[in-house]
Amino acid sequence: MSDQALKTTPLNAAHRALGARMVGFGGYDMPVQYEGVLAEHRWTREHAGLFDVSHMGQAKITGVDAIAQFERFVPGDYEIVKPGKQKYTLLLNEQGGVMDDLMAGKPFEDGLYIVVNAGNKHADFAFLNANLSGDAKLEVLDRALLAIQGPEAAAVMAAHSAELADMGFMDCRTIRLFDEDCIVSRSGYTGEDGYEISVPAAAAERVWNLLLSDERVKPVGLGARDSLRLEAGLPLHGHDIDAATTPVEAGLTFALSKSRKERADFAGAETILKQLADGPARVRVGLHVKEGAPAREGAEIADMDGAVIGKVTSGGPSPSQGRNIAMGYVPPAFAELGTELKVLVRGRPAAAEVVATPFVPTRYYRKPKA
Amino acid sequence: MKFTKDHEWVRLDGDVATVGISKHAADALGDVVFVETPEAGKTVSVGDSFAVVESVKAASDVYAPIAGEVIEGNAVLATAPETVNADAEGEGWFAKIKVSDASVLDGLMDRAAYDAYLTTL
Repeated sequence: MSDQALKTTPLNAAHRALGARMVGFGGYDMPVQYEGVLAEHRWTREHAGLFDVSHMGQAKITGVDAIAQFERFVPGDYEIVKPGKQKYTLLLNEQGGVMDDLMAGKPFEDGLYIVVNAGNKHADFAFLNANLSGDAKLEVLDRALLAIQGPEAAAVMAAHSAELADMGFMDCRTIRLFDEDCIVSRSGYTGEDGYEISVPAAAAERVWNLLLSDERVKPVGLGARDSLRLEAGLPLHGHDIDAATTPVEAGLTFALSKSRKERADFAGAETILKQLADGPARVRVGLHVKEGAPAREGAEIADMDGAVIGKVTSGGPSPSQGRNIAMGYVPPAFAELGTELKVLVRGRPAAAEVVATPFVPTRYYRKPKA
Repeated sequence: MKFTKDHEWVRLDGDVATVGISKHAADALGDVVFVETPEAGKTVSVGDSFAVVESVKAASDVYAPIAGEVIEGNAVLATAPETVNADAEGEGWFAKIKVSDASVLDGLMDRAAYDAYLTTL
């Protein structure tokens, strides 16, 4: 894609003013780093990182049929999701493949709020527009989206609204914040506590600069966003999951609601339920690459006899742990924790071991039970 | 010190060339987290991929700017790859090569020409 074709977020000028290095991602001109990936990664783990994720797709699905229509293509039970909550889900094709992964929640009095991946948003929205029936309608929201993540994120945000401190992990509400109507969820893509905040595009730069004026907050680019989510064991669509991967293979069965499995009434249900019963042919695992270079996407995984059994789907150094980590797919017989494998990096076998994910413990905020 | 269009540098002392990547290249890569340097005894030709440098995000090949036999890879980079960011054109050298034909250097850019070349990128 040529630079001319790249779209910009409302924060493009702000990134350039901060001296960000810009790259094309998901069709957008985005900051990959400001001061450096390692420093930004560590800052987010220790303080609070601010991310521009306005390239992601935000939309509202409205109408009395909204939930019933949406549920045709996702395996989550959205009837039982309470107002003010969101749930991670998957947009599935008829083969049970993951067309996209997304958040869908209820911050409004009616309908659903969805946030989808930047690179898939046009396809997702076209698909939903073409397939939502009845009076269910998709309304694309042209808003900015900021994420503030890290152990100090809650303290930073508490200064702007007391209500935010009252939110638990995966709460999703419409809140008057920064003198704007914001859609706020307590979630993110780093494994840390934090918030994603949808603000009107016109207010984005003011809010961005206001948050950055707090010395606990630094801007963080897509480079560290990727290394943070890798450490948190979170899959990246288009890499770790795609339209040819099922939720069972990907280890995302938590997204399959019990009621929906019983009803088997979502796209791809037949394939997915069969895999649940019989076991999939391959599963996503975490790998610790114990020697040599980081194993990147595409590196082959071999058993101890040298037979190729799978592929790495994303990998790199873990800045928090100072070791090389990766995710990839292997047959279930090789998926037991502690299984010794080889990863072929530039043709050279390096010792690897199947380890648990998340690689770095997550620190989501769970509200104490009242 | 001479530079290639691929941002490698060469410094010749007698018939031994020290080679590395330019400060511009190191800055462009960002945080270097892994370097694979060639082993002593390896013969390289001009343009061969003879080393690999990895940032957090990606791996990049480093091409031999000169032909010859590798005498030494920089062992420091195995444990301290960040040396490439700190001092790309000094302590962050990649390898020393016993040069078979030094005339290749005549075709490379000097500092002024390389700086001018960078402004065209």
